[in-house]
Amino acid sequence: MNQNLVIVPALNEAEAIGRTIASIQRWAPNFDILVIDDGSTDGTGELAAAAGAKVLRMPYNLGIGGAMQAGYIYAKENGYEIAVQVDGDGQHDPRQIKDLLDCLEANPELNMVTGSRFLGPGDDGDRSSTARRMGIRIFARVLSTITRQKVTDPTSGFRLTDRRGIELFANDYPIDYPEVEAIVLMHTHRLRSREIPAVMAPRLTGESAISAPQSVYYMIKVLLAVFVALFRARPVREAAPTSSATVEQAR
Amino acid sequence: MIPAATAVFSALVGQRVQVIAVAILICAAIFELIRRKHLMERYAILWLTLGATLLVLAAWKGLLTTLSRAAGIYYPPAAFFAVALLFVLALLLHFSIVLSRLSDQNKILAQRVALLRQRLEEKELEEIEKREAQPAVQNRE
Repeated sequence: MNQNLVIVPALNEAEAIGRTIASIQRWAPNFDILVIDDGSTDGTGELAAAAGAKVLRMPYNLGIGGAMQAGYIYAKENGYEIAVQVDGDGQHDPRQIKDLLDCLEANPELNMVTGSRFLGPGDDGDRSSTARRMGIRIFARVLSTITRQKVTDPTSGFRLTDRRGIELFANDYPIDYPEVEAIVLMHTHRLRSREIPAVMAPRLTGESAISAPQSVYYMIKVLLAVFVALFRARPVREAAPTSSATVEQAR
Repeated sequence: MIPAATAVFSALVGQRVQVIAVAILICAAIFELIRRKHLMERYAILWLTLGATLLVLAAWKGLLTTLSRAAGIYYPPAAFFAVALLFVLALLLHFSIVLSRLSDQNKILAQRVALLRQRLEEKELEEIEKREAQPAVQNRE
């Protein structure tokens, strides 16, 4: 069994899921693939299983946060050391999983590496509406201030975490729109993260989880969650370089 | 608005017998719901408190007037409605809290169902593969 897991959240991605899985198998052969079928009605789960992925079938549509957390619980309980999120719609390029992993391995102090579409040269296939892009910019500003570190793409779901990140997200993961809050969560648990450039394709099929009118609600909700998270009691898991060193040796 | 409120109030509080009857009816209804297990005790407490408060206010002549004077409210029905409103708000907040807890527990259950189902399907698949492999071995022997 591999020590690495790709978690692929998918909701009605029947057209894209096969290609996404094939591409992951090709470009990240030392990763197991777990598709989270979050209540699809178009047979996404069956197609994913036929393509050779493990599939978690949610009994009903839980929403991206609850679905992703199920993936992290799976990773935690099955002893995976690395978990990377890759969207089922084909917008993340599996070739870059290696870049994320290389960055994590080259920097042992890091717990999470995120692919940012705003770090690369030029404006790649950005498919966001104006309202959404403005929201992203506001989040980026707020998060950069909170974490005292430059955050350029807070809504990117293309991220790779180590065992500590897996354990954190398995225990506690934001519900509705998790990516932004997850960054604050990492920060309050004193886990380190970094962004590297990533190219994101315009989505092949399906619809974005967030439509333009929802953006405003999304922004207010997430800003509230971020604000509240700052006042939460300091969490249990402390950064402890010595203990993580022993974990390294134990591997 | 005010005459209407007064009318309602006199219908409710002014005529003590009726109000006492209504209060007893509320308490009895809540009790019956608990007895039939349509309502859990822990969620009934606020409702029973509401019924009891109504009963006390109705049965204890002059209590409402005394209380509202003491609170600086010169129009006793206003005090009555204020108390009622507070109760309703408390109930709503209580429901929101219960709802949040329920949806969290619900999420955990759904995740566990999905994880267990995946494990079961994997085991079943292994079983089938094992069974298909066995006859082949026997044939060779």
